[in-house]
Amino acid sequence: MPAEIGTVLVTRRFGDEENKQITSYEANGGYKIARAAMAKSPSEIVDQLKASNLRGRGGAGFPTGLKWSFVPKDATDVHLVVNCDESEPGTCKDRELVYWDPHLLIEGMIIAAHTLGAVHNYIYIRGEMMREYAVLVKAVEEAYARGYLGEKIMGTGNQACHITVHRGAGAYICGEETALLNSLEGLRGQPRLKPPFPAIKGLFGKPTVVNNVETLMNIPFIVDKGGQWFADLGVGRSGGTRTVCVSGHVEKPGVYELPMTITFRELIDDICGGVWKGRKFKGLIPGGTSMPPLDESEIDVPVEFDALMTDERIKPVEITEGVKFDMGGGRELRTMAGSGGIVVFDEHTDVVALTSRIMGFYHHESCGQCTPCREGTGWMDKVCKRLMNGQGKVGDVDLLGNIANGIAGNTICALGEAAAWPMMGFLTKYRSEFLAREVIGKSKSDKGEAA
Amino acid sequence: MSLKFSDEATSKLEVLYGRYPSKQPVILAALHLAQKEFGDLRDEVIDLVGETLDLSSAHVYGVATFYTMFRRKPGGKTSVRVCTNVACMLRGGYDVLAEFEKKLGLKKGESNDDFSLIEEECIAACANAPAVVCGTKYFLDVTPDQVDEIVTFLRSNPHPESEVA
Repeated sequence: MPAEIGTVLVTRRFGDEENKQITSYEANGGYKIARAAMAKSPSEIVDQLKASNLRGRGGAGFPTGLKWSFVPKDATDVHLVVNCDESEPGTCKDRELVYWDPHLLIEGMIIAAHTLGAVHNYIYIRGEMMREYAVLVKAVEEAYARGYLGEKIMGTGNQACHITVHRGAGAYICGEETALLNSLEGLRGQPRLKPPFPAIKGLFGKPTVVNNVETLMNIPFIVDKGGQWFADLGVGRSGGTRTVCVSGHVEKPGVYELPMTITFRELIDDICGGVWKGRKFKGLIPGGTSMPPLDESEIDVPVEFDALMTDERIKPVEITEGVKFDMGGGRELRTMAGSGGIVVFDEHTDVVALTSRIMGFYHHESCGQCTPCREGTGWMDKVCKRLMNGQGKVGDVDLLGNIANGIAGNTICALGEAAAWPMMGFLTKYRSEFLAREVIGKSKSDKGEAA
Repeated sequence: MSLKFSDEATSKLEVLYGRYPSKQPVILAALHLAQKEFGDLRDEVIDLVGETLDLSSAHVYGVATFYTMFRRKPGGKTSVRVCTNVACMLRGGYDVLAEFEKKLGLKKGESNDDFSLIEEECIAACANAPAVVCGTKYFLDVTPDQVDEIVTFLRSNPHPESEVA
């Protein structure tokens, strides 16, 4: 049966302070599924995972079962790494998830490690999450003390599973999986060229699976109730529920676990109490700031992964007016579900200022490795700032589109797209507001018209 | 070499060496510990970390300067990280930052003995914007008129980031 509003899996322990204690978690059936999973064969679990249609909740929405199956069958020294470096602006679910239910993450990891044959596993947590780091370290220590982690876990006699919580130190780029692996290895957090993909050559040169926090927390439910059950909760090729973080100009911002089928309009009006202060809706960012925004005419689309990429109600992103951005092979870019960070903005919002803040962020966070991103994010930041400060020149809007187009597809990692896509997306949806800021070089009559 | 890690830090590092195939991956933990013990990562601290982990000072310097939480100069006891990224910006994050600047008498990026004031990128507390994080303590849904109270609280209850190192 498709999930209804109120069907919650990973967020069901939110607000329950007791749950962080292992005794309380166990009393509610915790670690039973992991124990039962030890008797299941890895192929059985991967089959369930494939049937579940679980897709990565970090941003790309890649099918998790498929990702796991890329690890060579005869591989030894496999590593499982949890990406808890959540820093995509607008996204605040993983921090809450590990804070409220650290043992669910550990249970998901134990099952994943058993399936992948991974012994030494790591949780890479963002440096600024100091409260959550302390919670995780304590939970891992408890799990060791109770024999869920360590050598010969849960009486298996031969199976070892270790988890080390590895703390970052402030770098958005470390959320990119290969940058994360470099950071974990003790290097600067700069992304690696792919291929080889981490499943073949990842951490310490060994096959590695990197999964998002929420993705792994769904695994105990799939193993317990079956892949088909999980697939049925969702729709199409997207199984399960969707945890979204709603922020910005709504009456009730929050982290909500909802059916995949809910539309953005329902989410804002029915769940979040509408746009704040009785104001009108202007637009939203659907999945963290790296995703192109949606305007008023585009929010009857569901929050599901495929819908956001293909629904024809969402306009394709343009480089300059009338020139569609080509993702390669003529593919159009609408938007993507991304990390689930939904930022709503009202009618009074200056989208040029908003875009400028976003570009400032990517400029600050570019690792500097690839020229198009290192220089391009800086140029976009500068041009946006001059538009915002009344110094915009005629031609700046097309310049921004062209800089963005020059970055996308030309960098080692997706930070290039993460900056370029929203730039082109905001231009596509709110072009007239950007054009109105082109003041220098305009003739007097043009200025009159603009005013 | 004049600097030395405390026995406590040394034993923490010893435990961590066992979790990785070499000492190099321990570098972030070592730098966090070094910043806790010596306050900042000046050249001689970089040298100490390099010597401890069998790495060159150049490597340690390269890593230390890549990550924003490490500082090369002394800072305040409590780092006040005020988020101004989009979710916080839309709900007044810049007003909160301006109020901290006024109340602390510091510009963003500056420090005194008690505080370092930092304009922070998204701290994953968007549903409670504007948000401020000081060590393990979050201040959520902050309004400018609460800033005075927060500063008073932090003066008597410092929240150094080193508490979790």
